[in-house]
Amino acid sequence: MSDVILAGIGQTEVGEHWDRSLRSLAAEAVRQALSDSGGLRPQALFVGNMFAPILSRQAHLGALVADFSDLTGVEAVTVEAAGASGGAALRQGYLAIQSGLVDVALVVGVEKMTDQVGFGVEEALATTTDSDYEAVAGLTLAAQAALVMRRYMTEYRVPADGFAGFALTAHAHGAGNKFAMFQKAIKPETYARAEMVCEPLNLFDVAPNADGAAAVLLTRRDLLSKNFQHPLVRIAGAGVATDTLALHDRADLLWFDAAHLATARALKQAGASLDAIDFFEYHDSFSIYAALSLEANGFAQRGVGWKLAAEGALALNGKFPCATMGGLKARGFAGGATGVYQAVEAATQLRGAAGKNQLNGVQMGMIQSLGGPASTAVTHILERIDI
Amino acid sequence: MEISRHWRLKQQRYALVGEVCPHCDVKIFPPRDVCPVCGGEAKTTFAFSGKGEVFSYTTIYEAPTGYDQTVPYTIALVKLDEGPMITAQLTDLGEQPVEIGMPVEMVTRKLRNDGDERGVIVYGYKFRPAWKMPSQA
Ligand SMILES: [Zn+2]
Repeated sequence: MSDVILAGIGQTEVGEHWDRSLRSLAAEAVRQALSDSGGLRPQALFVGNMFAPILSRQAHLGALVADFSDLTGVEAVTVEAAGASGGAALRQGYLAIQSGLVDVALVVGVEKMTDQVGFGVEEALATTTDSDYEAVAGLTLAAQAALVMRRYMTEYRVPADGFAGFALTAHAHGAGNKFAMFQKAIKPETYARAEMVCEPLNLFDVAPNADGAAAVLLTRRDLLSKNFQHPLVRIAGAGVATDTLALHDRADLLWFDAAHLATARALKQAGASLDAIDFFEYHDSFSIYAALSLEANGFAQRGVGWKLAAEGALALNGKFPCATMGGLKARGFAGGATGVYQAVEAATQLRGAAGKNQLNGVQMGMIQSLGGPASTAVTHILERIDI
Repeated sequence: MEISRHWRLKQQRYALVGEVCPHCDVKIFPPRDVCPVCGGEAKTTFAFSGKGEVFSYTTIYEAPTGYDQTVPYTIALVKLDEGPMITAQLTDLGEQPVEIGMPVEMVTRKLRNDGDERGVIVYGYKFRPAWKMPSQA
């Protein structure tokens, strides 16, 4: 089997796009990805989205995005796995190419979070929890993360500002990403003074909801056009796993088993060890989830994931760069588009095109997309192929 | 709206009815008919005592539709004495500070108000502190 190459990438700015619709955001990302690929045409389209049916009263995004991207006729479906929808759509695109039945697959993540505000958005977000046994009690996603974070801070004796490093790292990296929602570094005092959202979770522990679209075009290496302009980046390994949907059903509240399993599967396929991973785009929807991701993936021992952030290890010039374009916290949390943004960002790093945020000599990057508290986890390992 | 859905769950919501595994005696809530520990069929009903303790908790200020009238409210992971953990609001707290490990007991309260005039009011379990409050002299 020929390598699966990220042949084209595209992304819109992430933010509150009151003047833009779902379809126009998606179409912009698609145009960029097609043009970046040097003119490939997809046979299949996978749309990652979590909330369009609720927040925009629009289902059937496969046909919609194909239609408004001038791709009518293409095979197209929506893939939903809460916050992991983008990663899950990428996985479907990858499987399609690997199956040999599809030569060129287009993966689009799109989300429009800001058409509604407040109660309505909270209600939509809560549908990704166990509706009968979590949402019915009035649980929100932020509260769910706060329940985990309090337990973590208690069991591991984390100081009150222990998680500040995640927001500081994210915002410092967002400053170099022109697509990011927040492009300004923040100071430790800003974190310390931030308003509580759900104690102990403060405003800077929470990634902001935003609109955006990102697209990736996948094909086999032997089908790339002769004048393909970029260094080659392939998907070296992929894995998806699930855990209990409800947080309360976890045997171990502080262990993201799905993240662990998805990454083990991806590494096995890539034939790589964890040491080979040069950088990691984690799913920092909440800072506590970034810490637990570092631990479940094996980048930190249990209980000390937060210390990597606190010690500056996750910075661009640190021991193990993470969220290199701002992560969910500073780039913005564009729902089901997130996993595709991660792929675009990691490919940009591996192509050597990350501008001010460029990491030196990176060969292999890992991206991980989470649905809820890692009830779904999707890991992809991207690798630069030097010809 | 959704009346049948709420009706279907009334045993769980009002009486914490779950299941007990006939093979390994593990108590199961909510019911899932399969034991999460041994994998055997587990359809024997079991009513939980409603006693437990706070495993973690937080306070919600920005709530979903249907809960926005009652903010702020405290929500907790409650570890039931029989084993399972559930998500529920804490109520009747008064001036009492909430702590991890605090003993609590189930009460039945209004959970949410479905917005429109035809909307059903959903009742179900919340938990309150289980020790005796000092009497108001
Ligand atoms: Zn059993």
